[in-house]
Amino acid sequence: MSLYQLSKLLFQLNRDEGLQARFKLDPEAGVAGFQLTEEERRAVLEPDIGLLYVLGVNGQILMHFAAFSGIDWADYLQRMRDGVKRHGPVRAGVYAMLSGPDDRVAGV
Amino acid sequence: MSLVFAGVCSHAPGITGRSERADAALREPFYAAFRAMSEALHAAKPDALLVIAAEHFANFFMDSMPAYAVGMADNYDGPIEDPAWLRIPRRLARGNPGLSRRLIAEIQKSVDVTYAEEWRLDHGIMVPLYFLDPQNTLTLIPANINCQGPPLTPLNRVWAFGEAIRRAADKVPERIALVGTGGISHWPATPDSGMINEPWDREFLRRWAGQEREAMLSYSDEEIYRDAGQGGFEIRTFIATAAAARGTGKVHFYAPIPIFAVGCTIATLEIL
Repeated sequence: MSLYQLSKLLFQLNRDEGLQARFKLDPEAGVAGFQLTEEERRAVLEPDIGLLYVLGVNGQILMHFAAFSGIDWADYLQRMRDGVKRHGPVRAGVYAMLSGPDDRVAGV
Repeated sequence: MSLVFAGVCSHAPGITGRSERADAALREPFYAAFRAMSEALHAAKPDALLVIAAEHFANFFMDSMPAYAVGMADNYDGPIEDPAWLRIPRRLARGNPGLSRRLIAEIQKSVDVTYAEEWRLDHGIMVPLYFLDPQNTLTLIPANINCQGPPLTPLNRVWAFGEAIRRAADKVPERIALVGTGGISHWPATPDSGMINEPWDREFLRRWAGQEREAMLSYSDEEIYRDAGQGGFEIRTFIATAAAARGTGKVHFYAPIPIFAVGCTIATLEIL
């Protein structure tokens, strides 16, 4: 598991417009150079927001990657819920889910 | 010259980015309180606005995470996020590296801080600036306390950071305004977004407004995480501001607004 490397990739992607452009053009090249497991690599390329959440990516990084991927707020929240349903509880970090998989805490 | 203004406010990105989804009966009084804070801030005629923020991996990451950082740049651009997402247009806020340098030199006599000659503003500072400095006229000095990547700096050190900022503000000839910005209890950017522990918030604000130092510093990170969520770690910004101001606080607005993901707060402190 290389949560640090995975988080670093998304941190850099969030702040570097050059990397964003390269990633959009060729996602596989965008993730090259980061030491990711196959599961992490797949989660970024798909993108599988739910799996990234379960892997422990900090929400403050993940929400911007979701927006970058064209996913709106309600869909972002739903994809995390679906990720927990599919992959089990959040495995690392401080962004575990407390509400139920079908809760809508803020109505979305 | 001195500290001429001290206050705290919320900064959640939903405050601007998801504004239309909030109940107008709560949103409008909150925005009005933000604007009133802006008027009070400008009426104090500050030469610079020092914002104690809790940034969210815009500049600082776990490759080298400072507990405390203060900006020392000519200017600061933001938001680093997509302006369409945050609904705040990009701006270049003016800095004052000479003033930063003098403040940092004084702060360092008691607290080790990282200085940063490059700093891009995320929603943690942009949302406050959007309301507090809509015309982009103020000189900005951003400061940061790591509230995101544990291990986090202990609360008694946060207090010392606030005291050091006050000592530094008193020492320079410029008029310094101070704004701390963070959430109280909240679980942002997760499916729990919108969860708010209002009794916990009100108790924290009671301790904060009353300058109850020991009570404010008595929370452990385990308790904060359990009762106030990972967003609750940001009480550090409120605590540092209280330490700098020394006087009691007045809460002008507090209300949980779930779609904004936080108990929205506007408060000021008397400067003693």
